[in-house]
Amino acid sequence: MLLTAGKFFLFLGSLFIRRETFKVYWERFIDECVKIGTNSIFIVSIVAFFIGAVTCVQIYANLVSPFIPNYIVSNVVRDMMLLELSSTFMCVVLAGKVGSHIAGELGTMRITEQIDALEVMGINASSYLVLPKVLAAMFTFPLLAILSDFLGIAGGYLAGTMTGILTPEEYIYGIRFSFVPYNIIIAIVKSFVFGFLIASISSYKGFYTKGGALEVGQASTTAVTNSCIAILIADYLLAQLLSG
Amino acid sequence: MIEIKNISKSFGDRQILFDISGTFEKGKTSLVIGASGTGKSVLLKCMLDLVKPEEGQVLYDGRRFLLQEEEDKKEVRREMGVLFQGGALFDSKTVYQNVEFPLKMLTTMSEPEKRDRVEFCLQRVGLEGTGTLMPSEVSGGMKKRVGIARAIVMNPKYLFCDEPNSGLDPLTAIKIDELIKEITDEYKITTVVITHDMNSVLSIGEYIMFLHKGRKLWEGDNKSILKTHIKELDEFVFSNHALRQLRG
Repeated sequence: MLLTAGKFFLFLGSLFIRRETFKVYWERFIDECVKIGTNSIFIVSIVAFFIGAVTCVQIYANLVSPFIPNYIVSNVVRDMMLLELSSTFMCVVLAGKVGSHIAGELGTMRITEQIDALEVMGINASSYLVLPKVLAAMFTFPLLAILSDFLGIAGGYLAGTMTGILTPEEYIYGIRFSFVPYNIIIAIVKSFVFGFLIASISSYKGFYTKGGALEVGQASTTAVTNSCIAILIADYLLAQLLSG
Repeated sequence: MIEIKNISKSFGDRQILFDISGTFEKGKTSLVIGASGTGKSVLLKCMLDLVKPEEGQVLYDGRRFLLQEEEDKKEVRREMGVLFQGGALFDSKTVYQNVEFPLKMLTTMSEPEKRDRVEFCLQRVGLEGTGTLMPSEVSGGMKKRVGIARAIVMNPKYLFCDEPNSGLDPLTAIKIDELIKEITDEYKITTVVITHDMNSVLSIGEYIMFLHKGRKLWEGDNKSILKTHIKELDEFVFSNHALRQLRG
């Protein structure tokens, strides 16, 4: 465990030595933003929309009482989306998509000697391949979290108003009622940290893959499970730190 | 010229290479041969500093490569071209981009200069007009050719080929061997080829080092290899049915 942690931190350190030019990193960063961010918009949109809708229906079903006004439903949807669902839940989903993609890509590059090919050219393969992925994840995940917030709240609106749970006016009133802008900061910070964790852990797992296709598959699976565990632990710590 | 001196390497308790020394001369195609699992590829990786040997030195024209600082190593690496066993082409790049990659990363050449150089190298390996294809769209033999084009694009002083004709049909394998030999002669490169293919040994082996269970058992050329009486080398050379019959 300690050995792995040590190797992981050395790996992170290796991202910043023998660097290439800014132009090289910029091109790679844009590429990775497309792969990690743009290519995740569809899955994030679908998941966020339905999570918002389901949250709205579930809260109404469990909070129905003459003493609780209807707008509380959208109020809770908003806070749940902002504080947990759009950052933590969405990043767990993204750990599956992005994490397995990164580990699979780097693992395949390792076993097919593409990483060796970079090294013999005198290019620091970890810095060239991994640093842009980590930066792209840290840049795009907060944007995806914001998108997810909007779509989740929109999903709740459609589910709530179309099923007659509450009126459009009640829903809008609820999402504006006792709004704390700081919660948006929490969502952005969390997704920023989770982006770093997913990209760095998955890169580490993929980069040090040994063996063949079977091991690449195992590296992808481990990358996803380890990323999810790291997200949950970091979620707790960030909740204490930011909301405590 | 590349000299290797007393290279030893082990992985855990298992020793792979025992005190290997040898000299690979400029303008010659040198072969490291031996059965599978004898440490040929590990020796190559030690020479390229992809694997750290426990003992020994690798000298590139007198420069002690393994002891150099990273920045100095980078200079030597720029003089190397490597053809990996599977080609090691970057999947996300086209054939053209693969060959262009070292120029883009390691030189300040202008776009037209790069284009001319890439086109020349692709033409040299007989792949003109294939630049837009992806590695997944080309055959195994073509991948090796692209790998060679990428390896020579920087005008290397040292060319390394790890089993260049493995997985190829006999005709394509011979063509790849001939191409490596031609390039070596043409540009006076120090070429080291890792192989267990007897066709390569007999056709292009100007200097041959035979490894057996991690030890160097013999060195010589493709003419003397058929006349040795070392049991292990004899078994390796005459494992081919046709050669056995020829010997009688």
